[in-house]
Amino acid sequence: MDTGTIIIGLTIFVLACFAGAELIAKVPPTLHTPLMSGSNAISGIAIVGALLATGHSESINSVSLIGFLAVIFATINVVGGYTVTRRMLQMFKK
Amino acid sequence: MSINSINLIYLASATLFMLGIKYLSSPSTAKRGNFLSMIGMGAAIGITLTTPGLHGFTLITIGIIIGTVIGGYAAIKVKMTSMPEMVALFNGCGGAASALVAMAEFRVLGTEFDSFTLITLLLSMIIGGLTFTGSLMAYAKLQGLISTRPITYPGQQLINGAILLATLALAVLLFQDPGNMLVFSGILILSLLLGVLAVIPIGGADMPVIICLLNSYSGLAVSMTGFALNNNALIITGSLVGASGIFLTKIMCDAMNRSLANVLFSAFGQVVESADDTGEGPAGTMKGFELEDVATILANAGTLIIVPGYGMAAAQAQHATRDLGDYLGEQGVEVRYAIHPVAGRMPGHMNVLLAEADVPYDQLFALEDINDDFASTDVVLVIGANDVVNPAAKDNPSSPIYGMPVLDVEKATTVIVLKRSMSVGFAGIDNELFYKDNTMMLFGDAKSSLQKLVAAMKQ
Repeated sequence: MDTGTIIIGLTIFVLACFAGAELIAKVPPTLHTPLMSGSNAISGIAIVGALLATGHSESINSVSLIGFLAVIFATINVVGGYTVTRRMLQMFKK
Repeated sequence: MSINSINLIYLASATLFMLGIKYLSSPSTAKRGNFLSMIGMGAAIGITLTTPGLHGFTLITIGIIIGTVIGGYAAIKVKMTSMPEMVALFNGCGGAASALVAMAEFRVLGTEFDSFTLITLLLSMIIGGLTFTGSLMAYAKLQGLISTRPITYPGQQLINGAILLATLALAVLLFQDPGNMLVFSGILILSLLLGVLAVIPIGGADMPVIICLLNSYSGLAVSMTGFALNNNALIITGSLVGASGIFLTKIMCDAMNRSLANVLFSAFGQVVESADDTGEGPAGTMKGFELEDVATILANAGTLIIVPGYGMAAAQAQHATRDLGDYLGEQGVEVRYAIHPVAGRMPGHMNVLLAEADVPYDQLFALEDINDDFASTDVVLVIGANDVVNPAAKDNPSSPIYGMPVLDVEKATTVIVLKRSMSVGFAGIDNELFYKDNTMMLFGDAKSSLQKLVAAMKQ
C-alpha cells in the first residue's frame, strides 16, 4: 500500500472519530441503550469484507470458508442489532 | 459495477449511518434514524455483491440466511430485561466477523504484503478476537452462567501482561516470517485467551462499562479491517462505533467516579464487607415493615419519586412499577422516576424497561435534573437499587464507592425500599440507607410486592 493511500485512510479515520463524537454527545441518556445496539449493528459493516473473502475464488477453499463463517457472524450482528434497536425504539412514546 | 461507483455507494452508506446516529438525538426521530441506517447497510451489502469478479454466491446466500435466522430469532425472542447480554452477544459476533475477515485476507495475501497491511490485519484480528471472547464472558456473567463476582487469582495482572507481551512478540516474529501460519495461529489463540482473562476479574456491577468498552473495540477492529482492505466505508463506520463506545464508557466511569483503569483492574465487588445477612449494620438494625403500613404511607403521599435499579430488571417488575405509578397518578400524586446513569447493567437499561412498560419518557429524570428535589419529596420508592442510593458515597471516605455521585433519596420524608433479601448489593457494599430512621424496608420479590401494594391501596 503506498504512503499516500495510508495517509488518506488515517485522515478519514481521525475526522470520522471527531464527527462521531459530536453526533453521539447529542444522544440523550434515555436512548443510550438503542445507541449501543444501533452502533453495534453498524459495526456489522465488516460483512463487506466477509462477502469479498467468501467470493474470492471460484472454488471453495480455506479463504472462502473463513469468509463464510464471517458472513454468518456479521449477519447475526447486523440483523440482530437492527431488530433489537427497532423493538426498543418502538416502545418510546410520549 | 465499477470500483468507483461502489465506493460512492459506500460513502452514501456511511452518511446514512451518521444520519442514523444524528436522529437518535430525540425519541421522536430515532425510529427514522434506525431505518436510514438499515438502508445504508442494505445498500453496502447489495453493492458489494456487484463487485467485478465476485464468486461464491451460493455460499454467501447460505451464510446470510443462517445469520438472518439466528440473529432475527434471538432479537425477536429476547426479553427487554436481558438486553445487556443480548447486545454483548451481538457485539461479540461483530468482533468475530472482523477477526475472521482479517484471517481470510491474511491467507489471500500469502507473503505478499507491506508492513502497514500486516499491522492493521494483526490489530483487526487481535482486537476482534478479544472482543469475541470478552463479549462471551460478559454474556455468561450477565446470564449468571458464571459467577458475577470478580474471579481472581494470584499474579493475575502479571499473567495478563505476560500474555499481551507474548502476543506482541509473536507479532514481531510474524514480521520476519509473514507466511508462518503457526505464529499466526498463536497470535489468534492468545488474543482469544486475553479476552477471557481480561473480563473474568470484573464484577457484575461493572458490566455496563465493559459492554461499552467492548462495543468500542468492535468498532476499532472494523476500522483496522478497513485500513487493510483499503475500504473507507469500514474505516468511517468503525470509527463511529469506536467513538460511541468510548463516549459511553466515559459516561459510565464518570457516573461511578472511577477511572477506566480502576474498573478494569481493581476486581471491584470482590470483598463482601462483614457478614450482614443478620440485618446487623453500621447504624442499627434493618427494619422490615408490614405491607399494609407501607401501602398507607404510599397512599398518603403527595409527591413520589420512584428509583429503579437492577433488582427491578431481575424481578421483571417494570410493568408492576408502571401499574403502581399509574394508580397513584390517578389519585393525584405527582409521580416521577429518577434514573441513575449506572442503574442496571447497561447505559439506558432502566429507560428501555420503563419504556417497555409504557411509562412516558418525560416522567424520567436524570440524576442531575432531579437530585435537588428529593428534599421536598414526601415518599421515595426504591425498587431493587442499592449502590446508586448509598449515602456512604457522600460521607464515608473508607467506602469503596466514596465519591460516586448518588441519588439523595434519604433527604425525602420517607424512603421505602423494596429489596429481595437482607444481603448486600452487587458491589458487595453495605448500605446505611437501609438502617436510617426514615427508611421502611419491604422484603420480598419486587414484582409481587408492587402488585400487593397496589391491591392493598385499592381496598
